[in-house]
Amino acid sequence: MQNMEVDQMQRQYLDYIKSLFLEGFLDGQFLQLQQLQDENNPDFVVEVVSLFFEDSERLLNDLTFALDQKGIDFKKVDAHVHQLKGSSSSIGAQRVKNCCIAFRNFCEEQNIDECLSCLQQVKQEYCHVKNKLETLIRLEQQIVAAGGSIPTMEFSF
Amino acid sequence: MALETRFHVLAVDDSLIDRMLIERLLKTSSFNVTTVDSATKALKFLGLVEDELRTFETSVASEIHQDVDVNLIITDYCMPGMTGYDLLRKIKESKSLKNIPVVIMSSENVPSRINRCLEEGAEEFFLKPVQQADVNKLKPHLMKSRNKGDQDQEQEQDQHFHNKRKDMEAISSPNKTRLKCSS
Repeated sequence: MQNMEVDQMQRQYLDYIKSLFLEGFLDGQFLQLQQLQDENNPDFVVEVVSLFFEDSERLLNDLTFALDQKGIDFKKVDAHVHQLKGSSSSIGAQRVKNCCIAFRNFCEEQNIDECLSCLQQVKQEYCHVKNKLETLIRLEQQIVAAGGSIPTMEFSF
Repeated sequence: MALETRFHVLAVDDSLIDRMLIERLLKTSSFNVTTVDSATKALKFLGLVEDELRTFETSVASEIHQDVDVNLIITDYCMPGMTGYDLLRKIKESKSLKNIPVVIMSSENVPSRINRCLEEGAEEFFLKPVQQADVNKLKPHLMKSRNKGDQDQEQEQDQHFHNKRKDMEAISSPNKTRLKCSS
C-alpha cells in the first residue's frame, strides 16, 4: 500500500515531466524511450540519457575547437552538428535538435558569426536539458527508492 | 517439426545511441539482434571480406562464409566511409546475400535519396528516429523471405522426386530407352 509520500512524489514527477513537454524541452521521442524500458531493461532510459550527455559534451568541445580555427572547415563543423542533431533527436531533446537545424543552415552558408552564435545557443540549450533530465531522473529514483512505481504520462497533445 | 526460430536482424549504425535504440526496438519485437558500427564490419559479419586484389568478390566470400543466418539487414544511410547505400548495393550484387531484405534508415527526408534506395532494392526506408510502428512493418518482409526459401526448397525436392521416379521406371522396363534426368 502506497503511502502519502510516494503519492506526492508521483504527482510531483508527473507535473515536472508535463512541464518539460509543454516548454518544448522534450518531445514524443522521450516517451518512446520510456516505453522501451521494462523490468528486464530497468535502466534503459538512464543509459541512453547518459550516453547522450557524453556524446554531446564531446561534440560541443569538437565544435568549439573547429570554430576556433583560423581556417574553419565548415564540412567538419557540419558533420559534428549533424551528429548532435541525430542524437538529440533520438532521445527527444527537442530544443537542442532545433538549434542544430538552424546551425546546419548557417554552416551551409559558411556564416561564421551566425555559427558562433548558434554554438552558444546550442550549448545553453544543452545545459538546460541536461539539468532538466537529471532532475527528472532523480525524481524517478526517489519514487523507486520509496517503493513506488514511475507513473506513465498521458500523452494527449 | 522444428519450432520456428527467431528472426536474426543485423543492425548497422555508427551512432551508439541509435544502435541502442534500434536494438531495444527489435528485441521488443522478439528479434535476435546483432549490431555493428560500420558497413565494413557488416560485410565482414556477413562473410564478404575484401580481397587485396579484388573488392568483395563473392567467390572469396563463399570460402570464408560464416555459419551465421541473417534474415534482415537494417542500416543507417549516412555513415563515414561506406554509406548504407553502398552497403545495400554490395548486398544486392552478392549471389549469396542478395535475397536478404534490406531496410534503410535516415534522419533526413530526401525524396531522391529514398527513391534511389528503393530502386536499388531496399524493402523499406525509415525516417529517424525509428518508431515501434516502423519495426512492426518488418515481420511481413521476413515471412515473405522465409516462405520463399521454403518454396525454393520444396521445388528442389519435387524435382528430385520426379527424377527418382523416372529412374525407377527405366529400371522396371529395360526395353525402353533410359530417360535422361534433367540436371
